[in-house]
Amino acid sequence: MCLAVPGKVVSIDHRADPMTGLIDFGGVRKQACLEYLPDVRVGEYVIVHVGFALQRLDEESARASLELFEQLGLLEEEFGDAWEQAARQENGSEAR
Amino acid sequence: MKYIDEFNDPDLARRLLEEIHATATRPWALMEVCGGQTHSIIRHGIDQLLPEQVELIHGPGCPVCVTPLDVIDKALEIAARPEVIFCSFGDMLRVPGTDRDLFRVKGEGGDVRVVYSPLDALDLARRNPGRQVVFFAIGFETTAPANAMAVHQARRLGLDNFSLLVSHVRVPPAIEAIMTAPECRVQGFLAAGHVCSVMGTAEYPELAERHRVPIVVTGFEPLDILEGIRRAVHQLERGEHRVENAYPRAVREQGNPAALSMLEEVFEVVDRNWRGIGRIPASGWRLSDAFRAYDAEYRFDVTGIRTEEPAVCRAGEVLQGLIKPTECEAFGTACTPRTPLGATMVSTEGACAAYYLYRRMADGPAQRGSRIPREELNSIG
Repeated sequence: MCLAVPGKVVSIDHRADPMTGLIDFGGVRKQACLEYLPDVRVGEYVIVHVGFALQRLDEESARASLELFEQLGLLEEEFGDAWEQAARQENGSEAR
Repeated sequence: MKYIDEFNDPDLARRLLEEIHATATRPWALMEVCGGQTHSIIRHGIDQLLPEQVELIHGPGCPVCVTPLDVIDKALEIAARPEVIFCSFGDMLRVPGTDRDLFRVKGEGGDVRVVYSPLDALDLARRNPGRQVVFFAIGFETTAPANAMAVHQARRLGLDNFSLLVSHVRVPPAIEAIMTAPECRVQGFLAAGHVCSVMGTAEYPELAERHRVPIVVTGFEPLDILEGIRRAVHQLERGEHRVENAYPRAVREQGNPAALSMLEEVFEVVDRNWRGIGRIPASGWRLSDAFRAYDAEYRFDVTGIRTEEPAVCRAGEVLQGLIKPTECEAFGTACTPRTPLGATMVSTEGACAAYYLYRRMADGPAQRGSRIPREELNSIG
């Protein structure tokens, strides 16, 4: 939950309230709130935490981070099914 | 060295490590504040790649771990009510309360839902006008702006079936508490990068000056952490104590002004209890008076719940950097990710879970104070 994941702004809905945008996290696409970066533009990279874009990021470091997150399975941890993860822990598969 | 090839730029990692090895002439103890950093350090064996003189102490920066037991119990009581849809981030599901967790409450018929964002919970409130939707608003400065926005929107939309159970905490007062503890061994801090993405760095120079301690704002990828350590050790060797930003790609000095102004409108600073640590003055936020109607503690009248933590669990000492997870008698025996006694074992960002998952898998049973011999370290270059 503490993770902030870099993603690319694909589209912005200026009429949405609060203002939202579609963000691409290395293939996984999710809506995020853009109110805290009101002048962000399509094509820019941002870091997103719990559905909110918090800061801009340059493209190169965003790509490097995403690649690393994917290798480490962190994207699954962030966007995967939390119930399944909790059930897995409950059932005793201690080491993932 | 088996770990270093897993770095995304092994050559740069080697160079940073060489410089740290060449710079450190005396013993130094650094604390990484953020649980994400702890996770990354243990996963990549960064602590074992460092020279013997440089010790990493794990800090209290896991929001799941520091949420106090009585707040968990309040969440469980609210979540069990038939009129309530209780929304939470997924990593709170298995954090133990006094006698159960949210996963269990769901199994017993409670309507507990995992959401990715507090705005998802707000949306549920809009679509379920006959139900009470409660969002479990935990987290540090990184998460608080999202929750502030959710409650701000709820008020604007006139959604009176939405509320927050708030347990927000702030990093600078925790640093203050760590530095003023009599047993404190910390000589430098790797500050949490994403907290500073929101807050900026303005809160730190005064702390660095007063406690004469270097504070290096650091990201949580392996190379970010090595760079943070390199800079902190440099300062310590030269007798300096400045605030440095080693994560400029995501942290601006002024933070995020829009998020800061929302925080100021919605929350007010209060003293908070930290699980395992106790009360730290001015270390948290609650909803300000203007938003009190959206505070689930009052709406569901659970303000009176007070509970005690299990005596055997030493998570509090782990969170303050006083002991390593493996020094707890219950570690890996009475306390495992399957049967956690404390939140540091159940949260994936908790120091105990990180040791359990990675150190045990890599080395067999964790060894206290185990370090890679110097000869082996020399071969990394």
